[in-house]
Amino acid sequence: MSYPPNQNSRILPVTISMLKLHLSMPPILLTGLIILAMVGATYGLERFPPPDFETGYELPSTTTPPPRALFYQYLDLAVLIAALALASWFSLKKRSRRRLFGLMVFSLIYFGFWRKGCICPIGAIQNVTLTIFDRGYVIPVTVILFFVIPLIFTLFFGRGFCAAVCPLGAIQDVVLLKPQQLPVWLEHGLGMLAYVYLGAAVLFAATGSAFIICQYDPFVAFFRRSGSLEMLVLGVSFLVIALFIGRPYCRFLCPYGVILKTLSRFSRWKISITPAECIQCRLCEDSCPFNAIEKPGAAPLPANYRQGKTTLIILLILAPAIMALSGWLGYKLSAPFSRMHPTVRLAERVHLEETGQVPDTTDASDAFRGTGRSLMSLYEDAEQIGREYSWATVLLGVFIGTVIIIKLTYLTIRRTQTSYEADRGRCLACGRCFAYCPIEKNSNEPANI
Amino acid sequence: MEKSDDKNTAVTRRDVLRDSVRGACLLGAGVFGGLLARKSAGEQMVWQIDPYKCISCGHCATYCVLQESAVKCVHSYAMCGYCDLCTGFFEPEPIALTTGAENQLCPTGAIIRTFVEDPYFEFTIDEPLCIGCGKCVKGCNAFGNGSLFLQVRHDRCLNCNECSIAQACPSQAFRRVPAHQPYILKGQENNE
Ligand code: SF4
Ligand code: SF4
Ligand code: SF4
Ligand code: SF4
Repeated sequence: MSYPPNQNSRILPVTISMLKLHLSMPPILLTGLIILAMVGATYGLERFPPPDFETGYELPSTTTPPPRALFYQYLDLAVLIAALALASWFSLKKRSRRRLFGLMVFSLIYFGFWRKGCICPIGAIQNVTLTIFDRGYVIPVTVILFFVIPLIFTLFFGRGFCAAVCPLGAIQDVVLLKPQQLPVWLEHGLGMLAYVYLGAAVLFAATGSAFIICQYDPFVAFFRRSGSLEMLVLGVSFLVIALFIGRPYCRFLCPYGVILKTLSRFSRWKISITPAECIQCRLCEDSCPFNAIEKPGAAPLPANYRQGKTTLIILLILAPAIMALSGWLGYKLSAPFSRMHPTVRLAERVHLEETGQVPDTTDASDAFRGTGRSLMSLYEDAEQIGREYSWATVLLGVFIGTVIIIKLTYLTIRRTQTSYEADRGRCLACGRCFAYCPIEKNSNEPANI
Repeated sequence: MEKSDDKNTAVTRRDVLRDSVRGACLLGAGVFGGLLARKSAGEQMVWQIDPYKCISCGHCATYCVLQESAVKCVHSYAMCGYCDLCTGFFEPEPIALTTGAENQLCPTGAIIRTFVEDPYFEFTIDEPLCIGCGKCVKGCNAFGNGSLFLQVRHDRCLNCNECSIAQACPSQAFRRVPAHQPYILKGQENNE
């Protein structure tokens, strides 16, 4: 089929305006004529000139219900800031799990069920990335603020956002009934997934392929109370796991959590399990469902200083090799990854059809032919995207390699620690451990800053 | 609340390091946010269908995250030929040119056909019934003036960060448009 719409418009008015006159014509004949005339254009053609009405008929106008008013976006922002401030206050100053829980439920209702999970800072990572790489994309100011404000709060007060503002965290937190402790190695290992997810999300957003964080958001189907079966199955499985493993998405997948975790290491103030001095009673030892409590002198690796030093040196020597290897792996993956981009998929499909490797066409390839664009320009676009992918996946590989090295290095550094402490990065500021500390109950005075 | 890892009031090396990294991060966040703000708009972007790209494949009815799609058919009346035999309304081979369900293209009977004056009929969409399947759009585009087309209805759309129909759309007809011009109405592009 070819698409010369002008030719089309020349034939059609003749044949079809005849139909208007012969309304009594047998339908089968009509269809025959129509098929004759059909060149299949999807363009608005004036085959039948709009009539001049004689009875004073007024043309109705097309209704255009407006989107949500801008005011509400700013309201969301105000609620975000207020919730972050309260979360910081409750977790650091009030030291109240009860209040944090209340705020968390509020956030779950407001940002989750009422706002239906969009826009959230986690997804905003992709908007921010797209802004950097796509000149045509204009980011709303509110989205920038949604992305940046929790980061700034974290730099001062730790992960109050995770504790009581994020609706994804909240929905997992409320179902946590029987927390099980994971072995430390598994905790660290699974934690690496989030970095991979962050890297992949940035890669796909930067190349304009997809917003995978939004696409695979496991809980958004609950918030909207509507979604595909796969989404619901994914969501339900996460919640079932979350009954026993505290906040699995937050700890092992959340890409925003990766950023918050890193920033929280440099926060001005941090959660302290005890309001005063740790007396090493060990009561809080297993109180954290997120494995965030560091035990004194119990750094997992290494056994002694010498061994640690040797491991560290070996690691640093191996570092370039690890990075080169992961970069090379990334390069190898660039072709399959690039298929995330619709243009690449389309070009591959059209190529298959053109070379006769597949007999039929798809909606997408039909639509492409309908545009009248040349094959060459499609192939060139796809190649261009392919080239972007080949260096972007190398960067992704190097990024993951670097994270692995940093993680291993961190594990080899021996920490001298004399008290039970919440790990600055992993602690989600949920406030559960406070109640376990015997000093907490005795002290009537509020903890001082 | 605890200021540092060290219980002493003395400022430790760690503290200094932490303070400087935090300062750098704040500065970075500020500069980054500022740079982003240069490419930002004070308003939202919303999803819309370019009706000239849409091939009415039917995905709009099924891929929306809402059970009943936010996409609905709309009508640009000024483009419409008010045909008696509307190819957006009738089956390709209607038994009779009446509003009987068996003659209609629309699976939900969402198009209302009203007589205006001889030989013209008006076609309006009963929006609550429309499921956005695009069958009428296809018919109207193929043989009519193309005055029926699909649009994201913003009273329903959740404005997902990434529209899940956009992901599935075979003709890449979805794009983000500024919220003050939330519709791409056929025949009205110039006075938008
Ligand atoms: S406040 Fe932090 S350390 Fe304490 S239980 Fe919650 S996440 Fe664990
Ligand atoms: S998915 Fe795209 S081509 Fe299909 S009906 Fe919707 S806008 Fe049109
Ligand atoms: S045919 Fe489909 S798109 Fe057209 S009015 Fe009916 S339900 Fe809506
Ligand atoms: S943005 Fe979301 S709600 Fe709106 S049309 Fe797309 S999928 Fe449906």
